[in-house]
Amino acid sequence: MIEHIPPGVILIAGAVLVPLLRNPAVRNAYMLLLPLVGLWGLTQMAPGTHWAFEAFGYRLAPVRVDQLSLIFGYIFHIAAALSIVYAFHIRDAVQQVAGLVYAGAAIGGAFAGDLITLFVYWEGTAVSSVFLIWASRNNAALRSGMRYVIIHVGSGVLLLAGAMLHYRATGSVAFDKMTLSGLGPTLILIAFGIKAAFPLLHNWLQDAYPNATVTGTVFLSAFTTKLAIYALARGFPGLDMLIWVGAAMTAFPIFYAVIENDLRRVLAYSLNNQLGFMVVGVGIGTEMSLNGTAAHAFSHILYKALLFMSMGAVLFRTGTCKGSELGGLYKTMPWTAGFCIVGAASISAFPLFSGFISKSLIITAAADGGHWIVWMVLLFASAGVFHHSGIKIPYFAFFQHDSGKRPKEAPFNMLVAMGITAFLCIAIGVLPGPLYAILPYQVNFEPYTTTHVITQLQLLIFSALAFGFLMRTGLYPPELRSVNLDFDWFYRRPAIMIAHAFRDAGSRTQIGFMTGLQRQVKWLIAVTFRHHGPEGVLARTWQTGSTVLWVAVLLVLYLIFYFV
Amino acid sequence: MIAAHLPALQVVVPLILAPACMLVRLRDAAWGVALAASWASLAIAWLLLQQVLASGPISYHLGNWAPPIGIEYRVDELSAFVLLIVSGIGAVVMPFARESVRAEFGTRRVYMFYTCYLLCLTGLLGIAITGDAFNLFVFLEISSLSSYVLIAMGRNRRALTASYQYLVMGTIGATFYVIGIGLLYAETGTLNMADLASRIAEQPGSRSIGVAFGFIVIGLSLKLALFPLHLWLPNAYTYAPSMVSAFLAATATKVALYALLRMVYTVFESDLTLGLVPMYAMFLGLALFAMFAASTVAIFQNNLKRMLAYSSVAQIGYMILGLSYINVTGLTATIVHMFNHAMIKGGMFLALGCCMYRLGSVHIRDLAGLGRTMPLTAAALVAGGLGLIGVPLTAGFISKWYLVLGAIERGWWPVAVLIMLSSLLAVAYVWRMVEAMYFTPPPETVPEGMDTRLSMLIPTWVLIGASLYFGVQTELTVGVARDAATALLGMPR
Repeated sequence: MIEHIPPGVILIAGAVLVPLLRNPAVRNAYMLLLPLVGLWGLTQMAPGTHWAFEAFGYRLAPVRVDQLSLIFGYIFHIAAALSIVYAFHIRDAVQQVAGLVYAGAAIGGAFAGDLITLFVYWEGTAVSSVFLIWASRNNAALRSGMRYVIIHVGSGVLLLAGAMLHYRATGSVAFDKMTLSGLGPTLILIAFGIKAAFPLLHNWLQDAYPNATVTGTVFLSAFTTKLAIYALARGFPGLDMLIWVGAAMTAFPIFYAVIENDLRRVLAYSLNNQLGFMVVGVGIGTEMSLNGTAAHAFSHILYKALLFMSMGAVLFRTGTCKGSELGGLYKTMPWTAGFCIVGAASISAFPLFSGFISKSLIITAAADGGHWIVWMVLLFASAGVFHHSGIKIPYFAFFQHDSGKRPKEAPFNMLVAMGITAFLCIAIGVLPGPLYAILPYQVNFEPYTTTHVITQLQLLIFSALAFGFLMRTGLYPPELRSVNLDFDWFYRRPAIMIAHAFRDAGSRTQIGFMTGLQRQVKWLIAVTFRHHGPEGVLARTWQTGSTVLWVAVLLVLYLIFYFV
Repeated sequence: MIAAHLPALQVVVPLILAPACMLVRLRDAAWGVALAASWASLAIAWLLLQQVLASGPISYHLGNWAPPIGIEYRVDELSAFVLLIVSGIGAVVMPFARESVRAEFGTRRVYMFYTCYLLCLTGLLGIAITGDAFNLFVFLEISSLSSYVLIAMGRNRRALTASYQYLVMGTIGATFYVIGIGLLYAETGTLNMADLASRIAEQPGSRSIGVAFGFIVIGLSLKLALFPLHLWLPNAYTYAPSMVSAFLAATATKVALYALLRMVYTVFESDLTLGLVPMYAMFLGLALFAMFAASTVAIFQNNLKRMLAYSSVAQIGYMILGLSYINVTGLTATIVHMFNHAMIKGGMFLALGCCMYRLGSVHIRDLAGLGRTMPLTAAALVAGGLGLIGVPLTAGFISKWYLVLGAIERGWWPVAVLIMLSSLLAVAYVWRMVEAMYFTPPPETVPEGMDTRLSMLIPTWVLIGASLYFGVQTELTVGVARDAATALLGMPR
């Protein structure tokens, strides 16, 4: 029975009932049940399942199950369940419904077998997730959410336009591997690129995620970008261009992350950097590198969620996430600090943590393919990750100089969510076998060889040494209250200036036009009302005779036509 | 043994029990008799449908007089489907009637109400089952006369004038029909529909037959409230007792439409194939007018029963539109929408009956905050409203889907676009309702207590639930409708 329900639909349809459940405990239990049922349903689906039907003249495939979609389906369900546990204390139906619909749409997208279905879910993730940003209910969040939703809906529109062109060129809307020829696939690639936060298309991420609610960011970090990674892995595996795009993505956010003060924004930059690894994996396109992308997405969702959870707990308890205002929190939030360190170790790819066993797949694939420059960039990026996420995050939040803050430990439900996530991070790192077993291709890789472990440890130790040296000598960029300008300055400021210029120049004509239009619309409504309103000609109770007249008119008309 | 006589029983059971209601006089006993008759009719209709689906059309000779001399009852898929709609609606509204009727006109002469209701049911079932053109006229009059009485029983004194107006117009309609039949009889010498069809085919181009067709179609159009012959409908539905509005809105116009389909496709089939008549252009134009004009009027109505009445005129427009395509898909849409609209509109009128019972008014002003004071009733109105718009997963969507498909099949793209646009008008009037119910605070004088009686809520939700169920599970409705449409157009299965 459950294998006949498309993945994701359980969460989307189930979200409808959430506002009706008034009791908080019942509502939480119900919400947690949805992804668990969905996950169970997923295990009932055989790979190779393919539903298709004809609609509007297109051959649509709402569900296509194979190894690649399954692994993303699994981790999306797990992330949804963990995020829900983390948000148990929330009593805001808007966030709860939005979170469920968002997760459901992302899951649905991972099983979409054609571009039109993908488009529907693609827009679904955009429109539902923006409510998680708006739920902060402050002006910054409102405006940033607006920018976010415009960019994402725009990405969806590009996707649809690309799909249409692709259909005209090939006669099929099936979502399979594409070659980058012609306008259609190019538009689709740009749409994917926006959502995957390619360099210069990335700013929505650092703009929006730190503005979302404490729990909303945890949801956000899991789905949108990983859906885009999935789409890239499905549509453009082995596209050479992506290797260089990915390499740039791993490197440039590091500099921003090092100087950034808002620790959730640091995490947003490091999220971007981790996506770079996955994009490189897609670009190399060998079985091993695609395995690496899938595995890295899996472990990345977990440890990134864990880091956002711990920073969220700090924000929740202290009201700030600025490195310059925090420090010394380990005294009163020891569990949170511990979980944060697990997340930091995972993202830094310490041996025995989840990042190690997935990232090494990609780096090894790069080396095997002879991409030496890329290999070097990836090593540099790995060191950088350790720098800003591995050390900076826990150090500035929980240690450093004592800020004097003595917040309470995080709420119990947050600790449970973080605990489970941390456990998964370590479990995957220690026993990579089960994860390797569900990867799209056969894995012939042993992460724990002497070379791998030693290389990685050397890298980490020298990176730590550099951090220590810079801190000691005072050369490290101090944590300052500051706003760092990113590429988006180029379209946000001048665009507004141009817009203002246009507004000033055009305001006079515009006002005239608008009043004219208003008058037209008012007139139209008045006319409609005159004829259709309660006392209008068409709504009045007529004389019986007039109906008879109509009968006669119709009969005469008919007879005239008939006899002519 | 009994199974062989089911077609007769379908009509005879309510006909015999109607005077029985009159005789028992006691309020609850009369209700019990009417309830039993309605449920028995539903059971018979269901058995008939099963029989037809299993072994093809049934021909029943009343009193063993062979047609064309005797009266023939003929049950094929279409008539079995309409019988199911009529008796199903009757069976669902009867449990609702008890409280509603008591509240709306006290205890006096309630047995008369049930007597008239059963006669009306008899007439409607008879129209759907008979294979004789003149017999159809008799049943048409039975159902019309009893429904004039039912409407006149409304609490508002305007019910009387509304009923009188309906009487005059209904009589004109019936007269036109009987004039047409008279012409046919003079020309062919028979009244049996099948016989008529074959004899009409023998005289192509006969002028009297053409004129007869015009009279019949216009007479029936009046009965089914085709725009602009709908003028009797809004007042009749507005001022009738709640239960009567629900019953008539869901059945009366559908049965008249059935009679039209029967006449157009079974009796005059040959004229159609020759393409002699300009009737289809007229149907198309009037249907489009109805969809837009009536929906726009509905937007501005403040009495919700009146709003739904105008929306009915618009929905009838959709049904006539499907008919004007002259293809299987369009006809399927018409037949399916007869069923779906009966569920949706019946359920919504019942919900308004709940409001009438509890609040004593169905004015939009008095329904403010209904979402809080009567949550289940308000939800029923919203679910029904979604069906009227044609939102996916509701029955209304299925009808519109086939309607659009039919238009595209015919190559009429602009019509497909117009169907979509007219749905937007439905959004407007449904939204007005939602706004009043959910976004305005309730008045402070609302009576205490949750919602309304279960005996009224359950029938409401049975119909609304059906409209949602048949929005997903379309095997029964679309399956039967498609078979019926194929049979009407005389195509091989």
